[in-house]
Amino acid sequence: MLLSVNSMQKMLTIISNVLKGSASKNVARVVAARTYADFTAEATFDVKKCDTHRLDDAPPTKSVLTREDALKYYRTMQVIRRMELKADQLYKQKIIRGFCHLSDGQEACAVGIEAGIKPTDHLITAYRAHGYTYTRGVSVREILAELTGRRGGCAKGKGGSMHMYANNFYGGNGIVGAQVPLGAGVALACKYLDTDQVCATLYGDGAANQGQIFEAYNMASLWKLPCIFICENNKYAMGTSVERSSASTEYYKRGDFIPGLRVDGMDILCVKEATKYAADLCRAGKGPIVMELQTYRYHGHSMSDPGVSYRTREEIQEVRSKSDPISLLKDRMLANNMASVEELKEIDVQVRKEIEEAAQFATTDPEPPLEELCNHIFYNDAPLEVRGTLPWTKLKSIS
Amino acid sequence: MDEELERDERVFLLGEEVAQYDGAYKVSRGLWKKYGDKRIIDTPIAEMGFAGIAVGSAMAGLRPICEFMTFNFSMQAIDQIINSAAKTSYMSAGLQSVPIVFRGPNGHATGVAAQHSQCFAAWYGHCPGLKVLSPWSAEDAKGLLKAAIRDDNPVVFLENELLYGVAFEVSEEAQSKDFVVPIGKAKVERQGTLITLVSHSRYVGHCLDAAAVLAEEGIECEVINLRSIRPLDMETIESSVAKTNHLVTVEGGWPQFGVGAEICARIMEGPALNYLDAPVIRVTGVDIPMPYAKILEEHSVPQIRDIITAVRKALNI
Repeated sequence: MLLSVNSMQKMLTIISNVLKGSASKNVARVVAARTYADFTAEATFDVKKCDTHRLDDAPPTKSVLTREDALKYYRTMQVIRRMELKADQLYKQKIIRGFCHLSDGQEACAVGIEAGIKPTDHLITAYRAHGYTYTRGVSVREILAELTGRRGGCAKGKGGSMHMYANNFYGGNGIVGAQVPLGAGVALACKYLDTDQVCATLYGDGAANQGQIFEAYNMASLWKLPCIFICENNKYAMGTSVERSSASTEYYKRGDFIPGLRVDGMDILCVKEATKYAADLCRAGKGPIVMELQTYRYHGHSMSDPGVSYRTREEIQEVRSKSDPISLLKDRMLANNMASVEELKEIDVQVRKEIEEAAQFATTDPEPPLEELCNHIFYNDAPLEVRGTLPWTKLKSIS
Repeated sequence: MDEELERDERVFLLGEEVAQYDGAYKVSRGLWKKYGDKRIIDTPIAEMGFAGIAVGSAMAGLRPICEFMTFNFSMQAIDQIINSAAKTSYMSAGLQSVPIVFRGPNGHATGVAAQHSQCFAAWYGHCPGLKVLSPWSAEDAKGLLKAAIRDDNPVVFLENELLYGVAFEVSEEAQSKDFVVPIGKAKVERQGTLITLVSHSRYVGHCLDAAAVLAEEGIECEVINLRSIRPLDMETIESSVAKTNHLVTVEGGWPQFGVGAEICARIMEGPALNYLDAPVIRVTGVDIPMPYAKILEEHSVPQIRDIITAVRKALNI
């Protein structure tokens, strides 16, 4: 049974109020102006103040953005957007199979977090991971080829959508919530090895009710681990809205004794500043910290979910028109002469081309060879014999 | 563990009561005093959480030893062991390794009743991506644990509470700091001619005791200590059966889908079938949850007389 019209409307109002905030923050002070023909090299933008829990201060409400970074963020978000849409297309053509959880709408989270941490920091997330796989350094080619199950995929076709890995990126995890203790463990390693690194440990509003997350909160806090627990709250866990799953929807407070921030997840600058703030806190030995990113996914939970049985098309449209993360950044850039319409269009064209080429590769690259079926069961191990489907079938596994 | 902690800075131990209490079964006695809080970590009672933390730390470059006070509690954490640890190397096509050891007492003790007495050899032995070890002697315990810690893959190390208190003679060689027993190789503990007894953990001792009794009648039993549940050393078993023509398996766990069941299936699929003069006999725990009363408990697990009876049946004497 779905929500009544009344509570739907209430929800719409709440959502649009929360997301509307960022739309009006396009006013900026131009810091380094040149002649009107040149673009603004750098501008400062107001970002929404984060709600805090057990914190005496908060991330800054002003964010400095250089033209260079702006273009980089714009391009990266467009790549993720177009890559996810391409995956949608390939899935409908049955070239991608199984699970496919898309993150279009949530681009500001992946790009903003990456902007707030360093490449030497660590990140782990659950299965809505394609965007993070990209921001953590894997090419679109390798991501799409992994989705199509080809040998050129980043996991050689062995993992698929939910199991992509890279340096300092621990996937891609299929079991809801399991990645959170894993992330706390990565943070433990950072502390143990006395590096300056932190681990961004992501989970969704659905996972937020998992017991193991509270176990991880407790140990991370007890041992002061440099772990940024990040809840990507996109309002729905599959078809279950946050109101129906959680006695408390204030996910940034769920860490109880752990300080928390609630962040506008549609504004890449807000995400960036909050992440940087959280990372600095952890690096200073004051971790862990919980960050809730309020965001939204345009697609359903996965490709087998149309996404409209538990929410209205109007709601989705409202978010698209008022709070799209790419549009928000684009409007800011244009309003402050940080780029021209043509320049951004050119980027769009290039991105489209990159995705097309990657898709071309992903659909033409051959599937993994059968000889490699049993490889990598173990790591750094002597070759071993593996039983096949029949008792006399002896397959070979090398690591 | 002490030697491995000393040898490699990345090795550390975590679990309930492992540090200040010196270990629930005193296995980690003295380690916290020597290595301190950083390397010997007391955890709250949160198996799923701390097993996950251990796995994550292994992914990020450390070499954790994760202790379960007993493997019964590992069921709380089994998702982390199987889905986060065992499968990762394969899913990532070798990009991500998980060098971790999960250890603790397995199987029944005495008087601890149903929830604290299960043997997990078959459950963990079922899963690709794991190495599963089951030591019997002190030499096994030391050599296999060192091998497990040095291995770059997830290893489940099934100890036995009742064996903690048993003393074994240890060779000169085994006392060296680099004494490592190869994973995946069974050991012939006793040479024999008439029949092969295969077992793991505590029941190896029972087999040897049974063999001693039978030897008085001139029945010489070959006793094989599996040491490794996964990979299972069928070669050693098959060579032995080729010699003796008879096989009895002995385990503490339940019969259905157990270690003995796997051995039977593989014997039947392999060359040794032609050498068998009688069907394989499996001696196992009784197919019930473990009762508490002493007399009931004693009748729930294999006794030495059961092994002797099985041998006589197989040899038709």
